[in-house]
Amino acid sequence: MRKTLLILIVISTSLVFILRLYYLQVYATEPYSIYEDNAIRKVFTYPKRGYIYDRNNNLLVSNQPSYDVMIIPGLVKELDTTEFCKLLKISKDYFDNKIERTKRYSTRIPSVFLAHLSKEDYGFLAEKIRKYDGFYIQKRNLRQYNTTIGANVLGYVAEVNRSNLEKDNYYSQGDIIGKQGVELSYEKYLRGEKGIKFIQKDRFNRDIGSFNDGLNDINSIAGNDLTITIDSELQEYGELLMSNKKGAIVAIEPSSGELLTLVSAPSYNPNLLVGRERSKNYFELYQDSIYKPLLDKGLLSTFPAGSPFKVIVGLIALEEEVISEKSTIFCKGQYIYGRNKKSMKCQCGGGYRNIYNAISESCNSYFADIYRKTISKNNEISDNFNSWSESVKSFGLGNYLNNDLPIGKKGMIPTSEFYDRWYPDFRWGPTTNLSNSIGQGEILVTPIQLANMIAAVANKGFYYTPHIIKKIEGDSIPTRFKEKKTIDIEKKYFDIIEVGLSKVYESGTGKLLNIPGIEICGKSGTAENFTKINGKKTQLTDHSIFVAYAPKNNPQIAIAVLVENGYYGSTWAGRISSLMIEKYLKGNISNQRIENLVINKSLDDEYQKPFSNKPFKINKL
Amino acid sequence: MIGQRKNILKLDWVIILLYFLLLAFGVGNILSSSISGEEVNFLDLSNLYSKQLLYALISIFLGFIAISIEVKFYERFSSIFYLISLIVLLCLFLFGKRVNGALSWFPIGGFNLQPSEFVKITVALAVSKYISDFQTDLKNTNDQLKLFLIIFIPIIIIVFQNDTGSSIVFFSLFFVLYREGISQNYVEAIFSIIILAILSLKLSASVTVSVSISFILIYYLFKRKVRNKIIKIISLSSLCLITCFGTIYSYDNILRNHQKNYIKVWLNLEKDPNKIKQMERTILYNLNESKKAISSGGLTGKGYLKGTRTMGNFVPAQHSDYIFSTVGEEWGFFGSVFIILLYTILIIRIIYLSENQKNKFSRVYGYCTASILFIHFMINIGMVLGLTPTIGIPLPFLSYGGSSLIAFTLLLSIFLRLDGNKKNEW
Repeated sequence: MRKTLLILIVISTSLVFILRLYYLQVYATEPYSIYEDNAIRKVFTYPKRGYIYDRNNNLLVSNQPSYDVMIIPGLVKELDTTEFCKLLKISKDYFDNKIERTKRYSTRIPSVFLAHLSKEDYGFLAEKIRKYDGFYIQKRNLRQYNTTIGANVLGYVAEVNRSNLEKDNYYSQGDIIGKQGVELSYEKYLRGEKGIKFIQKDRFNRDIGSFNDGLNDINSIAGNDLTITIDSELQEYGELLMSNKKGAIVAIEPSSGELLTLVSAPSYNPNLLVGRERSKNYFELYQDSIYKPLLDKGLLSTFPAGSPFKVIVGLIALEEEVISEKSTIFCKGQYIYGRNKKSMKCQCGGGYRNIYNAISESCNSYFADIYRKTISKNNEISDNFNSWSESVKSFGLGNYLNNDLPIGKKGMIPTSEFYDRWYPDFRWGPTTNLSNSIGQGEILVTPIQLANMIAAVANKGFYYTPHIIKKIEGDSIPTRFKEKKTIDIEKKYFDIIEVGLSKVYESGTGKLLNIPGIEICGKSGTAENFTKINGKKTQLTDHSIFVAYAPKNNPQIAIAVLVENGYYGSTWAGRISSLMIEKYLKGNISNQRIENLVINKSLDDEYQKPFSNKPFKINKL
Repeated sequence: MIGQRKNILKLDWVIILLYFLLLAFGVGNILSSSISGEEVNFLDLSNLYSKQLLYALISIFLGFIAISIEVKFYERFSSIFYLISLIVLLCLFLFGKRVNGALSWFPIGGFNLQPSEFVKITVALAVSKYISDFQTDLKNTNDQLKLFLIIFIPIIIIVFQNDTGSSIVFFSLFFVLYREGISQNYVEAIFSIIILAILSLKLSASVTVSVSISFILIYYLFKRKVRNKIIKIISLSSLCLITCFGTIYSYDNILRNHQKNYIKVWLNLEKDPNKIKQMERTILYNLNESKKAISSGGLTGKGYLKGTRTMGNFVPAQHSDYIFSTVGEEWGFFGSVFIILLYTILIIRIIYLSENQKNKFSRVYGYCTASILFIHFMINIGMVLGLTPTIGIPLPFLSYGGSSLIAFTLLLSIFLRLDGNKKNEW
């Protein structure tokens, strides 16, 4: 016993150790995963974000490297502050302040000391900064805009916020995500796929080199380039024409539903939202409550459709066969209706009106009459109204277009239920909402809806959902943009209406808007609009509206123009439509005088009126 | 002259092979746990692994000298070595340098020398010499006391130098005393004291005392033909009483806070989750990181120089007391078992050779060597695996440190010399 005790103890100790090791290393362990090893820092490597081209392959958006001076306060040693400040071109105050603040945040985690160095500064500093412990230069990718236009379409990118992080676990703190426009809609294509670099840490959380010589690293996958449907030249021209005016221009290629322009005026230079001045600029844009440059007016402005709506009222009346192309009424300058002999004014000049000259002269009486006939057919007012409402909606009005722009508004096309709620005794009829017939009343639309409507008219009975995407590198565009949406109205009625729309330019409201060599069809409009000043509903100068398409026989462009508070449709919106059409179809402008007139016109005094705190007059030329 | 040459040829090659295996493995793992850049430069003495390689070369050289010296030299001068070593230990109070609270280092040039490592050898020699003396009778209480004095004097000095860990090593010599025929009562007493102390801490002193006294009563009630029953019952019971309450008293009043914490961790005494959390950040940190490192090694390990936790220096003091966690992470279960088997074979081989010694001095010294190596092996690996309390003593031949490596090499070399001489005795 005495001889063997120690041997027994040695052997049993070894056995216990081996069992314990078995428990620790084999039994109680999960398979080793590099992702869960907190001794390995996982650093994302960011791929190239996809470029954005316009329909003519002009590069609109690319990337630029940006260099930030980073600081790890814990590693900073004594340094010659004056020399250092001179090197970085910063003040002593900035230096002290920044050191203090980054230190308070963390002494170990790197923070940005000086953001967005210029390329020249970077080249100069790259070598010299090594002398200073605790400082280094980090490269980041920023968006580079090779254009000053289309900010509302292109959108912008920014760092992810908390809700982005919660929704999609692809993202992590500090990642860049598309926040608006194409950058948001096609984020998944543009962003590519992040890669991962594994870096060995020590227990003080310091990096000590790449893990396993980088053999485990995962390469990033570059983002896909996009081609959008915008014609940047036309877009630029549109933005120029809208100088000093609020409003929108939406142009669509009717045969495909591609958006040629989506001008929201005023806009801003997309380069303002990149780089060092970004938050300052954003705040300034955000604060402009008169012009609201951040608001995409082409997608978000809603207003009464006005006279262009008469096109639809006419089409439905023809389809419902309550009128024919030969039907005529006599306009006495006003339309008297109802038991109380209410009247609706008409500025067409009076006389006999058929569908053709009712459109060209924009006769209110005619459309009020046919609207009444449509709704009160067979005395089934509620049903008739609903079917009328459905037909109107089939033009893409009154609902989201379901396109690839991240924002939009439904607008408003009322149904019978809507009036039942207003008039609980169900005593309402076409005369109750007669202003619907001329696109006022409850009808609300957005510029893009209006453009789509006129594109459908140009196509004579169908449209493709207006969209912004033309080509995705390595993928096809969503199929919903290839689906033809048809309108249940016979083509022959569209032909009739087209004659009227063409007459607008021959003899009607648009006779001063002709472009030599191009047959245009169009319709002017004005829309009454109101605002609240100190809680009081106040009417403002009418919006100037115009819809058009050209050339008549083979429509290549359908356009809707809104000039807020521009008064007559043909004055500004009409001129802009013609200039845009000429620019797109011919490439140059024949009438420089009109062009200059439009460009130089400022409506600033109109926009200042509601904010002037003084009484003002409206609808003055 | 001819005889001496023969002696060298009779060295035990199994032990030498195991020694060199452990030594190489040690330098390799210290390289892994202390490497900072990409380049390995053994000539740059600011690297820990370069220093360790230097210590290894010095150790081999000194070991060679130790093997060349006559057996009689060790036997004859053992008491002088012992006295000198005690004086050197005492000198620490005058010229010593404190590292981590322990006053156990002489600063010599750029290096620190830890004399307590060498005292293990001199005590082993002294104990061997005293036991092997033909006048000594281990049954004799007087001789027992002298022997205890030999062992306890350095323990007391070292405890006063606040190096409790090193002092515990000397208790391993009780294995030697037991082998050489000291009364079984001592062994029983030591085991009883350890068990009673643990139970008192874990449960409570009063419960432990009452349970143990009832056992004593029952034992003597049923056992007949015992003389002085009452006296034995009373003395044993009072011993129990003293042990249990003495443990609690010294735990509460004598032990320092960190020592208390080590015991708390080991026996799982702390129940307050807040305090456990606090401990996880402080004293449990090493242990947890070391366990994580070992655990992450898995069956086959991450490969040499591939241990992420080792490379990241997550385990503090990994190159010294926690070197085994590097083995666990980089070499995995197989590598760790291999190292454990190397130690086991080495210790058992020493015991086996000791039993075969004709010279009593050699046999006792061999036993001392085996016991000292074993207690280091048990406490160090036990600590790294979270089985024994945290006591900072090195793992022989593997841990970083010149003093311990040289001392262990000398300890082993002297045994090799004694063993090599066995055929030439008489």
